[in-house]
Amino acid sequence: MTEEKPRYLLFLGCVIPYRLSSYEISARKVLTELGVELVEMPEYNCCGFPMDPVNHDVMLTLAARNLCVAERENMNILTLCNGCFGTLYKVNKTLKEDREERERVNKYLNEFGMEFKGTIEVKHLVYVLAEDVGFEKIKNVVKKPLTNLRVAQHGGCHIVRPKKLIEKDDPENPRLLKELIELTGAKCLDYMDEAECCGNPIIGVNEPIPFQMAKEKLDHITAVGAQALITVCPFCHMMFDMNQPRIERAFNEKFSLPVLHYPQLLGLAMGFAPEELALSELRVKPFDLLSQIQSGSD
Amino acid sequence: MSQTVQVIKMEELDPKFKYEISKIHGAEKIMLCYQCGTCTADCPVSRFSDFFRPRKIARMVQLGLKDRILSDKDLWLCTTCYTCIDHCPQNVDVANVVRVLRNLSIKHMNSMPLVFKELAGNLMKTGFVYIIPESRHKRRAQIGLPPLPKTKPEEITKLFEITGFTKLLEIAETFGTVE
Repeated sequence: MTEEKPRYLLFLGCVIPYRLSSYEISARKVLTELGVELVEMPEYNCCGFPMDPVNHDVMLTLAARNLCVAERENMNILTLCNGCFGTLYKVNKTLKEDREERERVNKYLNEFGMEFKGTIEVKHLVYVLAEDVGFEKIKNVVKKPLTNLRVAQHGGCHIVRPKKLIEKDDPENPRLLKELIELTGAKCLDYMDEAECCGNPIIGVNEPIPFQMAKEKLDHITAVGAQALITVCPFCHMMFDMNQPRIERAFNEKFSLPVLHYPQLLGLAMGFAPEELALSELRVKPFDLLSQIQSGSD
Repeated sequence: MSQTVQVIKMEELDPKFKYEISKIHGAEKIMLCYQCGTCTADCPVSRFSDFFRPRKIARMVQLGLKDRILSDKDLWLCTTCYTCIDHCPQNVDVANVVRVLRNLSIKHMNSMPLVFKELAGNLMKTGFVYIIPESRHKRRAQIGLPPLPKTKPEEITKLFEITGFTKLLEIAETFGTVE
């Protein structure tokens, strides 16, 4: 029996190519190794998420335009970003189920000679790993289990909420990323208010509030003794990694908590070298973490 | 939201406002809100803001305090984490009501946060909300990443026009931060 290889259009969005190639590099590495075929998404544009606060129709049409490109290519979409996933997934679902909305958006799309038909699916990295690749296969590629590591998860909001639309993991007690983390051999610790927002989406209009939100999470994460935080969203990652030194200065506290993209953690467990996973691009350098992993496997 | 308590005057109430709002996708159930306050209690922003209160926003819509709510810059403090939607016992999509109000407030006030005007401008120029510098494109090639797709900014410009957004962008003033 020949096993069909999962094949996806890789939707990178805006912020990953702009600022976080470490996520892209590591995700491509591990997905390819796991037998997921990635096809470059042609002529895509911003998913639409950043425009929803100012104009809902602009968001809908931007998202639908991307979905139409994927329909033309006849391939499902894989996103690395929670914002892209939430937007494309919800718009895809809404336009498939709500005839009135579909007709309204199609009127806009017709101006570019496009029409939403509803023939493809949208998945986030976490769901591709859990549903398509499967835990068994991931377990089998883990060559250097990270058994001496204790980490925490921050899955982010838009891969699980609103629950009635996404209908996947439990937003109150998200399990999937935790289970994916534990496949690497690392222990994933529980911490207080684990499912809470990082605060990033409002950083453009107000800094103190998201800083307090992220700071409180960093407090809770370090309180349980986690040695690293694992994320699957570029915006959450920027909040905890890129902004960590600024949060430390604002509150006069030191966290020094490395924040890894999940594919970086999995990649280390698969035996990739840190430089293959762009670990040096992280703002909070994971030197101690890497030497501990090194000593643990010796 | 105003820092001091203000008397609500009958003449500032627009009784039709709640019906207008309930017709818009995402805000259909606003009239079902019975003010239990679960949204505010569970809102991560409300914990750190002295002013942002989803329950109050819902009440202001129900009362018809149209001018006050549409000119309230605190609307821009919702992070869209959607916890309020998941927890509302009346199934009100609270965060979507906030989105509907934000969209309307731009038209009502002729202003929007600067960050959105910048992102929209980039989008029309490049198809992305950021201007990805040439050095980034070169670096992709150096480290063996495939080139980014050729976008179609002209289609984004058209998209903005046909949705009526171009006009709003042109006339809208901007403000920086919301305290």
